[in-house]
Amino acid sequence: MKLLNKRPVSLVDKPMRYCPGCGHGIVHRLIAEVMDELNIREKTIGIAPVGCAVFADEYFNCDMIQGAHGRGPAIATGIKRSKPECIVFSYQGDGDLASIGMAETIHSAARSENITIIFINNAIYGMTGGQMAPTTLLGQASTTSPKGRDSKVNGYPIRICELLSQLEGARYLERTSVSTAGGVIKTKKAVRKAFQNQIDGKGFSLVEVLSMCPTNWGLSPLESAKFVDEKMMPVYPLGVFRTPEQ
Amino acid sequence: MSEKILMKGNEALAEGAVRAGCRFFAGYPITPQNEVPEYMSWRQPEAGGAFIQAESEVAAINMLYGAAATGIRTMTSSSSPGISLKQEGISYCAGADLPIFYANVVRGGPGLGNIAAAQGDYNQSTRGGGHGDYRVIVFAPNSVEEMGNFPKRCYELAEKYRVPAMILADAILGQMMEPIAYDFDPVDPKTIPQPAWALGVSTGRERRVVRSYDLREGELEKLNNQRIQRFREIEEKESRCEIRDADDARLILVAYGTSSRIAAGAMRMAREKGLKVGLFRPITLWPFPKKQLAALAEKGKRFLVVEMSMGQLVDDVRLAVCGKAEVDLYGRSSGVPAAEEVFAEIERVYKTIEANA
Repeated sequence: MKLLNKRPVSLVDKPMRYCPGCGHGIVHRLIAEVMDELNIREKTIGIAPVGCAVFADEYFNCDMIQGAHGRGPAIATGIKRSKPECIVFSYQGDGDLASIGMAETIHSAARSENITIIFINNAIYGMTGGQMAPTTLLGQASTTSPKGRDSKVNGYPIRICELLSQLEGARYLERTSVSTAGGVIKTKKAVRKAFQNQIDGKGFSLVEVLSMCPTNWGLSPLESAKFVDEKMMPVYPLGVFRTPEQ
Repeated sequence: MSEKILMKGNEALAEGAVRAGCRFFAGYPITPQNEVPEYMSWRQPEAGGAFIQAESEVAAINMLYGAAATGIRTMTSSSSPGISLKQEGISYCAGADLPIFYANVVRGGPGLGNIAAAQGDYNQSTRGGGHGDYRVIVFAPNSVEEMGNFPKRCYELAEKYRVPAMILADAILGQMMEPIAYDFDPVDPKTIPQPAWALGVSTGRERRVVRSYDLREGELEKLNNQRIQRFREIEEKESRCEIRDADDARLILVAYGTSSRIAAGAMRMAREKGLKVGLFRPITLWPFPKKQLAALAEKGKRFLVVEMSMGQLVDDVRLAVCGKAEVDLYGRSSGVPAAEEVFAEIERVYKTIEANA
């Protein structure tokens, strides 16, 4: 029998506690595959956020640190400046990165810290039970915007890649999605590039991944994938916003 | 060891940390501690370390959280409002057992307050400061000499017990110049053993995780209890104080930091007038030198606490003497007393002692 696929060595062999249809498990696996392929597992230090992915420190088979809400880029900065020989990545959700941690996000990009950030945008706070996120769409219901996000009361969604693309220090910015098989393949390429940039000393790299939250959206996994394609993508267009080659 | 040199307190503090092996500093400007980041901005690169001017105090302390997790000696400094902002990260460091070192060059408060010397952050410092059930080791220097020499003690104790350690200074200690001789040879960071929990290249060992949470039923309490055991040991072994002229004293002044210098001046005035006055100076504020103070209370001494706050240190003094002695307070809230003012208070209290005798 021919072995077609196996668990990446960079992923700990234990069941993940993410909900059915959630995108975290997919993106975890992609990061782990990239760590395997680039042979960097033993020198990688990952940062787990506050939010659903707090458990990432149990899932990645490398040195991990769990940090305060939104502070991943600052923690990554401290690690990378102390251990330049290590590969440092910060895994963050939208509340973490685009709300409470916005200052850390922007300034680590402005300093062009040689780090990799994987940013999961699912337009909602998952762990706390479905509150409005900075990336929640206009009209999208959440437990703190039960009648739908109203721009007059709640303002507008934040587009992180577009925002950061103003900064010279942001060397690589790409938005992808994991709502389709093709999107998963493209996301892996982007994740790989974001790690390769760090290996090559190119500076700040961030991949924004549009992802599903069936539990808090109140949709089935299939409906959730459709929601990403039909509702999120018009607001958050996929593509490369900055590359080091520019 | 070093020659005697004239230095500003903040610079002596920064240099003391570098000599003690600190190779990572992150901070944010705030008066009256700006000389610390300014000094570190050239001194760290010179020593082969990293200096980062962070976007905020919150970012700076989280940079320390990351850097300290790699097992190196780190430092941040700030002044009162900035230290309040750092409390989130300090709590995380305490929860993850990371031995960070930081300094608070205290200014007037609450709020924006002013930039003059004050001691209003005593309670915040000695009770942990952030959320959760923890303490940090607090050293209170009262001279430029101690500003420079205490960072090394902070690192050693922080690493031994895996708790944060801090220096509680104030605007006067940060800004004044005095001669200082470093009482230790510069520490080569390569000679400091790499801790068994430090993150880095994991070849040939199990992966390591640094975190401050445990959601499993009952596990957090077990984790906290281990830490609290270490706190008990610190309280047992690591309190430090200076006692002057206590043997024949009927009244003992209790003061730390700048207040202890002023109190010493007032004590000299009292002695010249024949009043039997001594001085008890806590050098560590946590652990508080309870036993040393209680021993004096047992001998029937009376106490007068002199602090630049309105009743913070006095609470620890009263806890230590536990009703065995009378304790008076001369407090100033964001005001620096003259020795004469403290002396006037000494005379007042002393009269009541004589009246009771």
